[in-house]
Amino acid sequence: MSLLDVRDLSVVFQRRGEQSFTAVDKVSFSVEPGQTVGLVGESGCGKSVTSLAIMGLLPRRGNKVTGGVLFDGTDLLQLRPNDMRDRRGRDIGMIFQDPLSSLNPVVPIGVQVAEVLERHRGMDRKAALKEARELLDAVGIPDPNRRLKEYPHQISGGMRQRALIAIALACKPRLLIADEPTTALDVTIQAQILTLLKQLVDETGTALIMITHDLGVVAGLCDTVNVLYGGKVVERAARHELFARPRHPYTHGLLNSVPRLDSPRGEPLHAIRGSVADNIPWAEGCAFAPRCNNVVDACLEGTPPLESTATGGDLRCNNPVSEEVAVP
Amino acid sequence: MLRVIVRRLLQLVVTLIALSALIFIWLRNLPGGPVDALLGERATPETRALLTKALGYDQPIMVQYAKFMQRVLTGDFGNSIRTGDAVTEVMGRAFPATIELALAAMIIAIGLGVPLGYLAARFRGRLLDNLSIAGTLLGISIPIFFLGYLLKDVFTQNIHWFPPSGRISTGVDNTNITGFFLLDSLLTREFDVTADALWHLILPAFTLATIPLAVIVRMTRASVLDVLNEDYVRTAEAKGLRHKTIRGRHVLRNALLPVVTTIGLQTGALLSGAVLTEKVYNWGGLGTLITDSISGGRDYPVLQALILLAALVFVVVNLLVDLSYAVIDPRVRVR
Repeated sequence: MSLLDVRDLSVVFQRRGEQSFTAVDKVSFSVEPGQTVGLVGESGCGKSVTSLAIMGLLPRRGNKVTGGVLFDGTDLLQLRPNDMRDRRGRDIGMIFQDPLSSLNPVVPIGVQVAEVLERHRGMDRKAALKEARELLDAVGIPDPNRRLKEYPHQISGGMRQRALIAIALACKPRLLIADEPTTALDVTIQAQILTLLKQLVDETGTALIMITHDLGVVAGLCDTVNVLYGGKVVERAARHELFARPRHPYTHGLLNSVPRLDSPRGEPLHAIRGSVADNIPWAEGCAFAPRCNNVVDACLEGTPPLESTATGGDLRCNNPVSEEVAVP
Repeated sequence: MLRVIVRRLLQLVVTLIALSALIFIWLRNLPGGPVDALLGERATPETRALLTKALGYDQPIMVQYAKFMQRVLTGDFGNSIRTGDAVTEVMGRAFPATIELALAAMIIAIGLGVPLGYLAARFRGRLLDNLSIAGTLLGISIPIFFLGYLLKDVFTQNIHWFPPSGRISTGVDNTNITGFFLLDSLLTREFDVTADALWHLILPAFTLATIPLAVIVRMTRASVLDVLNEDYVRTAEAKGLRHKTIRGRHVLRNALLPVVTTIGLQTGALLSGAVLTEKVYNWGGLGTLITDSISGGRDYPVLQALILLAALVFVVVNLLVDLSYAVIDPRVRVR
């Protein structure tokens, strides 16, 4: 059995007097124990909303979540709020995008790590701080004794993200969700944080859902990759398969748009034309159709179903990029 | 920290000296004055000149100010022209009354305002929130003297819940140690006096509390709404922390920072409100003293000391607010 099985997860934002908006549309994917799964897509494709829905962190009002999120066989969406509260931080940890704003500015780092241990492992403050020191050490924060008493504004961005990782992994959760953990960081620090995440995930056997728009992150980390567009999974494949033979025109475009050092000077960068906003209002057809180079008539009539491919992945496309066309 | 306090205290001294000069000159340029008040309209120019000279008001204003400051430095603020009592003594009677009233008002304003503001934010858009918005608008808009007479009318004339005026019932024998009736009676264990003083205090304190209460509710509500959207609150939720911990450690601790500043600034409103409230409830404090001293013939010595004291209270309270800010917000902590 999979550790996490997301089945037909939909999130619809509703506001009185306004047309409802489907941010996540019947997304299904699963995560095996210890596996690293990527959710990839550009801003607004529904990847963050998916993760918040899994965590039960969407606002209580103004949205409707349907489908199932089976964690170890239990549907998290059916749990009472307090039971979900018991699981958050213990079974599932989460790391957020902006490490400065994600830490409480008026509480010392040590307490922010320790409070998870106090909550889920029943430790007293003293024991929890001792453990927090070990955790900070484990995520590579130098001089952890001093850092325990310091406040978020006193440490660097990279260290803040390390502290957040320590918080998320404090109770040794079986699943870690990382929502664009490197976006707010310098490129050099990004690499360090990714290496750290990979190392920790390998050591502890924690499964990881990596949410990113950065294909470099996917290439270095993920076992399987789900490409999201317009709230739907458009392609799913094992990492090497996806990079070697992207089938969906969107995936193809994403890979194509990565600038290459070995391309001739002066050659223009490849971009996917248009923007995500082009698929609004939600027409019948494929959400990517207005931006697609491979568009055929059928694309405008209805969204194609997600179908299995010969290589073991899934694909939602009427006219996929031929397997022979490799990315340069 | 100590250096900051010392520096701020030195600034305070400079502020007070400048302020004292300003008050001194301003008061003496007001139309009317003690001479007119004491002698009446029909006094001859000769008698006027005589009294003016006797009071020392014929000298150049800078000389008068210098003499005043000289005496102030020895702790002598002169005598009231109206009653002849030493100013320090008059103030000593009135000051505790006002502080007791203002403190009670502030306790009501903070004690009710912060929880109400928090609840309004938590239940944003629901009945409680709408009621609090309407209520605070009313609280800010309604003039104190009007509300004072209204409450007095309802609670002392129609239903006799509270006494109409004064700090204590006639015939109640209270021991005077500090002038704070509640404190004194607690110290001497005369609990019936405590109850009586408290009974007198409630209505005026509530009247005075309305504006700060409304401001604190609104400030807390807005601030909590801001903080609830902060990423670190989401992090706290992602940790699975209990509601209690999230509310106290993550929401309120951050949300109260701007509220603390507001509380300091409300001291000014409290002092000016006290003047009106004390008038309504015949509360023998600084407010009563200040109106009596102005209408009763520009009692220069008393007025000078009073305004200076009010300024001192305001500056000291805001100094305390700044210092407490440094304690609760590590980002402004000073080295």
